[in-house]
Amino acid sequence: MAEKSINIKLKVWRQGGKYGDGKFETYDLKDIGTDMSFLEMFDVLNEQLVSKKESPVAFEHDCREGICGTCSMVIDGQAHGPMKGTTTCQLHMRSFKDGATITVEPFRAKAFPVIRDLVVDRSSFDAIIQAGGYISVNTGQAQDANAIPIEKDTSEKAFDAATCIGCGACVAACPNSAAMLFTSAKVAHLSIMPQGKVEAQKRVEAMVNQMDKEGFGMCSNVKACEAECPKEISVENIAIMNREYMKAVLGADPERK
Amino acid sequence: MPLVAPNNKRRIEIIVVGTGLAGAAAAATLGELGYNVKCFTFHDSPRRAHSVAAQGGINAAKNYQNDGDSVYRLFYDTIKGGDYRSREANVHRLAEVSRDIIDQCAAQGVPFAREYGGLLANRSFGGVQVSRTFYARGQTGQQLLIGAYSALSRQIARGSVEMFNRHEMLDLVVVDGKARGIITRNLVSGKIERHAAHCVVLATGGYGNVFYLSTNAMNSNVSAAWRAHRRGAYFANPCYTQIHPTCIPVSGEYQSKLTLMSESLRNDGRVWVPKKKEDCKKDPREIKEEDRDYYLERIYPAFGNLVPRDVASRAAKYVTDEGRGVGATGLAVYLDFSSAIERYGKAQANMKGVSSPSKAQITELGEAVVKEKYGNLFHMYEKITDENPYKTPMKIFPAVHYTMGGIWVDYNLQTTIPGCFALGEANFSDHGANRLGASALMQGLADGYFVIPYTIGTFLSKEIRTPKISTDLPEFEAAEKAVKERINDLLNVNGNESVESFHRRLGRIMWDNCGMSRNKEGLTKARTLIQELRAEYHKNVFVPGSNDEYNPELEKALRVADFMELGELMVCDALNRNESCGGHFREEYQEGGGEAKRNDKDYMYVAAWDFKGENTDWDLHKEELEYNNIEVKTRSYK
Repeated sequence: MAEKSINIKLKVWRQGGKYGDGKFETYDLKDIGTDMSFLEMFDVLNEQLVSKKESPVAFEHDCREGICGTCSMVIDGQAHGPMKGTTTCQLHMRSFKDGATITVEPFRAKAFPVIRDLVVDRSSFDAIIQAGGYISVNTGQAQDANAIPIEKDTSEKAFDAATCIGCGACVAACPNSAAMLFTSAKVAHLSIMPQGKVEAQKRVEAMVNQMDKEGFGMCSNVKACEAECPKEISVENIAIMNREYMKAVLGADPERK
Repeated sequence: MPLVAPNNKRRIEIIVVGTGLAGAAAAATLGELGYNVKCFTFHDSPRRAHSVAAQGGINAAKNYQNDGDSVYRLFYDTIKGGDYRSREANVHRLAEVSRDIIDQCAAQGVPFAREYGGLLANRSFGGVQVSRTFYARGQTGQQLLIGAYSALSRQIARGSVEMFNRHEMLDLVVVDGKARGIITRNLVSGKIERHAAHCVVLATGGYGNVFYLSTNAMNSNVSAAWRAHRRGAYFANPCYTQIHPTCIPVSGEYQSKLTLMSESLRNDGRVWVPKKKEDCKKDPREIKEEDRDYYLERIYPAFGNLVPRDVASRAAKYVTDEGRGVGATGLAVYLDFSSAIERYGKAQANMKGVSSPSKAQITELGEAVVKEKYGNLFHMYEKITDENPYKTPMKIFPAVHYTMGGIWVDYNLQTTIPGCFALGEANFSDHGANRLGASALMQGLADGYFVIPYTIGTFLSKEIRTPKISTDLPEFEAAEKAVKERINDLLNVNGNESVESFHRRLGRIMWDNCGMSRNKEGLTKARTLIQELRAEYHKNVFVPGSNDEYNPELEKALRVADFMELGELMVCDALNRNESCGGHFREEYQEGGGEAKRNDKDYMYVAAWDFKGENTDWDLHKEELEYNNIEVKTRSYK
């Protein structure tokens, strides 16, 4: 780990408090170590702001290991920045050149209102899960875990969808602010597994309806969501969801109509 | 055990604080049972709780591998792993329900790893000689938490759980000696709110961030537990801290947190340092086999690289103290996968019928197997360090990871305040002085899904005639006033040093004096240093902004204030315990070779500390530990 350092110019979206409806503010940062993570660079900026008794930049973060899905920045136009398959917290300053100007904005979408600076409200995602993103099994009702053998490849496929961390990068990346990748990842995860097939139809209908209700846009097959997803969730899941949805709304079960 | 009938459950309210594995599982299950649950998290969504970051796996005594596992074996391993400092009855219950957890999670759709036959796969973790760890790639915590979160979401949709995101608990309200509510701060608006219920369940995690640098998430904190402690809940064994042996080493001053590399890597990775000091700065690939010291395999042949965490961490400390550490700072050891890659490569070549494979072919095939098992961990390591662990050994070093100590609870998980319960890492009961790998997820889910839903009846069965608790009671008013005063005091200091800087200084004191090894002199000094730092904090901290806005600096300021008080108690506890056991290593008490020397005659007890007021010494209560179903021995992994 050869430690180098760079100087950068940060253009950061500030909103709320004295910044009102929002504007970009520019900060110069010197001697930023290239082994530093992107969020640690923000820590340095905030320490400097606090030492000048100015208000620090609000941004969300927690695990800093790329798994909790809390961090949410659009960096130079890309959700989570330039590295493929990487959350903002796992992005390091070695990805940037000396003298670079870096623009940082919040995840923008109608369904993700800004709370402060780079912090947005993603409770619309919770609402989609609450609509049906589960298997209805009460604690204690389960049979022995090995009673349902699942083919390894099937299980792996469900897993690939289940790795979604609910960060919302797919929405931020989408020109229509659609939540198709997020919703479909959950639909696919559960409908691929035998445990989840029982309620598959009801689930997909409820989740898609909720998605629309929350104000997310429609999918127009741009696939920016897949490109910017830090967990590299495939748009194939969207195809799976569409198929499940068609089965549910046009399906052969007249009882449910 | 007394029960509460369904018609009475409908009239009872329960507050659950925290939505990690323990909290989400508890809230969901209590909601399913018909109670009215109010659930709180400071996160923007329940799914973000730090259980999400657990990598390696979850233990269960399923004996699917037919390798001699049993409920008793899991019980035995856990008590022994905890160095005979946990409560026997609780651990046995944990082992019993461990099997139900796997069933429940599989039914929820958790995509556990499977064999080609479609059945569940297992691997091994430290301190055991069976394969009982269930896993979901390197993301077991995430998958289990999503399972609990989806069960919770289902109850939220049904209306049996009311969810409060972005609400932080700042005090516990005790009315007539019973826990009846909490005071919270709405983290978006800053509004201080009162919430009442018949009882309060705390599932608020551990306090490893008292060390500043740890593998905990940035926002993990002790405040909810600490506030309950100040209201009368005893705090037990605070000095028992788990230092995890395999973390990515510290790389610079600005570092904000440390990243764990799962213990599962020790299934295949071999830990070593150079035999000769002069080799430490060399490229590890150029150091010959005979010049490497695979010190864990050498000292502990029976368990090898899979000794428990406290043992592995201490061994790493010794070899680096000898000057044989590697990396830029000399504070790292190697974790090497080259033998595993070769072994798997040969096996694959054999399976695929490749006759006399070349070294390059073996490496390629072997790397593919390693990638399938640990791919995401290797990927994460490379992102952070910019080094390729398939080609060159990982560098690792111990770091603070988990806290075995916590709020004292009885067998029913009730604290010393009637009606206040503590689950998961927030309580102290199951892991003694050292937790075994893959047991935290097990305990969190056991407490949440299978223990509290029953044991809470012991308290609530006597409350079925208690009407809804009013938030207008004078106790709520007083608690709210105290919270507002605390906030105003911090905002009004208007000093010159940031909260972050104070936290870093506290962490330094704790790590230097109450970390991997401790001694009387250092601990005594640390207590004074912490008291001084605390006084300085309340005179010179600078918290920008106001209460009535989204203000992360204020959140942190409140948490760090509580960490300082806790730090002092940890030091007191470590000073009191004149023995070495598990993660608590007192330099004065060791056997030859630096092994921990327990003192069962004088210290086979749980130290439960009773808060007596600021700047007053805590009272110590001792719960003697009795072992009727296991022979107490000196722990040996040799």
